[in-house]
Amino acid sequence: MKRHLLEAADLDRADATLVLDTAAQIDQALAGREVKKLPTLRGRTVVNLFYEDSTRTRISFELAAKRLSADVINFSAKGSSVSKGESLKDTALTLEAMGSDAIVVRHSASGAPHRLANWVRGSVVNAGDGTHEHPTQALLDAYTIRRRLGRLDGVRVAVVGDVLHSRVARSNVWLLTTLGAEVTLVAPPTLLPVGVGSWPVTVSYDLDAVLPKADVVMMLRVQLERMNASFFPSAREYSRRYGLDAVRMAALGDDAIVMHPGPMNRGMEIAADVADSVRSTIVEQVGNGVSVRMAVLYLLLGGNA
Amino acid sequence: MTTIVKGARVLGGDPADLLLEDGRIAAVGERLSATGATVVDADGLVALPGLVDLHTHLREPGREDAETVETGSRAAALGGYTAVHAMANTDPVADTAGVVEQVWRLGQQAGLVDVVPVGAVTVGLRGERLAELGAMADSAARVRVFSDDGHCVADPALMRRALEYVKALDGVVAQHAEEPRLTVGAQMNEGDRSARLGLTGWPAAAEEAVIARDVLLAQHVGARLHVCHVSTAGSVEILRWAKSRGVQVTAEVTPHHLLLTEACAESYDPVFKVNPPLRTDEDVHALRAGLADGTIDAVATDHAPHAVEDKESEWASARPGMLGLEQALSVVLQTLVEPGLLDWAGVADRMSVRPAAIGRLDGHGRPIAPGEPANLLLLDPAARVTVDPAALASRSRNTPYAGRELPGRVVATFLRGEATVLDGKAVE
Ligand SMILES: [Zn+2]
Repeated sequence: MKRHLLEAADLDRADATLVLDTAAQIDQALAGREVKKLPTLRGRTVVNLFYEDSTRTRISFELAAKRLSADVINFSAKGSSVSKGESLKDTALTLEAMGSDAIVVRHSASGAPHRLANWVRGSVVNAGDGTHEHPTQALLDAYTIRRRLGRLDGVRVAVVGDVLHSRVARSNVWLLTTLGAEVTLVAPPTLLPVGVGSWPVTVSYDLDAVLPKADVVMMLRVQLERMNASFFPSAREYSRRYGLDAVRMAALGDDAIVMHPGPMNRGMEIAADVADSVRSTIVEQVGNGVSVRMAVLYLLLGGNA
Repeated sequence: MTTIVKGARVLGGDPADLLLEDGRIAAVGERLSATGATVVDADGLVALPGLVDLHTHLREPGREDAETVETGSRAAALGGYTAVHAMANTDPVADTAGVVEQVWRLGQQAGLVDVVPVGAVTVGLRGERLAELGAMADSAARVRVFSDDGHCVADPALMRRALEYVKALDGVVAQHAEEPRLTVGAQMNEGDRSARLGLTGWPAAAEEAVIARDVLLAQHVGARLHVCHVSTAGSVEILRWAKSRGVQVTAEVTPHHLLLTEACAESYDPVFKVNPPLRTDEDVHALRAGLADGTIDAVATDHAPHAVEDKESEWASARPGMLGLEQALSVVLQTLVEPGLLDWAGVADRMSVRPAAIGRLDGHGRPIAPGEPANLLLLDPAARVTVDPAALASRSRNTPYAGRELPGRVVATFLRGEATVLDGKAVE
């Protein structure tokens, strides 16, 4: 493993597989235990540096670090010196001076973790940067698919929704294709980036044509505000053309699964009965997220220091 | 003061001596001498007319922490420049006779290059109503170039009026071509890379659409138009078409758009963030070809100093712009002269003669010949210099060429016969 986890595009097949295998070992080690804790990162300090509100991701990383016995500091940019204009660099140097071994960073600016990695000696984990990447989300998605379907090689994954603004979509494109899956992006043309043609994926504007051939349908969150910038005409038209409801779900193959990185807009990109169906892995993804993030922290910080 | 330059190759020709006296070139010939003259050995050096920049941000008044008229002038002299056009986006904006005269006076006081203020087209660069263009033209600063640079004059009716109005002033509107509705939040060239890096795209069409509109307007009202920092292959095509139709349009390209591509954004280092953004390889080659065949008239630096804190940040919150004055000639050497696209006369034409003509400057962009003003530079074309940000004369450090080895070194610059640079160092 490299020192940092900045993007899924960085991971080769061996590294990505190592993360998934490590997560599986961690799950095994903790299965049936009353105290879900390993001593591996005792004495190490992990800082969650969050410039965007994301309670679920922060809690997931916090739990992962604590289950490895690391000390965890949550540093929220809101209400701190950051909101008074302290630069990312000054914040990073301050945290490092306080003895952080790893910084888990969430930032609204694409590339912020890359900048951070230039300024600190410790490890940097990208917990979502702008519209660029969210590598641990892709890793937990891959882990979930592998657990449910038993493989990733040749698995046909449809990623549906606002690809243009989605860091989850980008990370999944790189990671899943690296691991041998076949990815199809499904969206209205307005929500696909210019330049998507250079990605190793198939692109479709027609969800109904893609569903019967998909082993996995990954629904992306679509923000209603996009409507105001004319990315699509209305919420109703969006869900009619690109939402996953029970009728559409019936077109899926028997073993196909439905994923969503959360938080969901029920009734917009995904119908409530779909989200709650047996095909849905949405709750499972949350649990797998902790295991995968434990694996990442373990591999980056090298276990016993 | 009298100076004899020994053995300079004027525009790369045979070695000759130049006698500089009373601010003029008194003689060009062999074995010249004059009593009491300072002798400058120019063996192996190429003499070019002093360079003229149509696009410099000197930041004074307002951001003296990033650059001042004096530090920017020194950087210009070190780059071989004898005249620079100071852009209007200062604080306060150069939209009145008072501000342009202040900048002009600061330039005179520094005395290193002729600082020629650019006047804003619209009040406060707001794109709403015309600034007092006539008052700026009639001021001591004699403004002839008007620009809202940094902002596009996007309103077509206002642009039309500006083009028409400056005809009476023998002026020109220099347009920063960027359709603002197509570049909301834009961070880098829109294409494969922006898609992958998750940085909001700045489409080539946002530049090309404005240039296409403006050349049609310029033709319609019979006015002069100058296009700032052309950055795409499509823009070159539109300019070529417009020139073939007789439109009075001129255009500039920056050194960085001649050398660097959007690949630099991969690092997320905002030293490479600039507006318009770095484009593709294909664009770079079209820009070089356009400059070589004269479709693009001039190299202009868009020298844009920024304080460290405005660049040492995440990409999206960094200010756009990069330094250019001290390396411009070297970049032209590397991208056009060494590949054989432009000879020394061509360099003089694109970096001195034509920009001086566009800015209506007397005394600059003149031949190196007896009787002409002694504005010239001496270049060692064989030197190779690794760019060290700490060694720059600019008050800022945001050079995109840090650590890069570039050909050519300006050994001396003369402004009206006075050396502003000697032995590659600014004359104190
Ligand atoms: Zn500009």
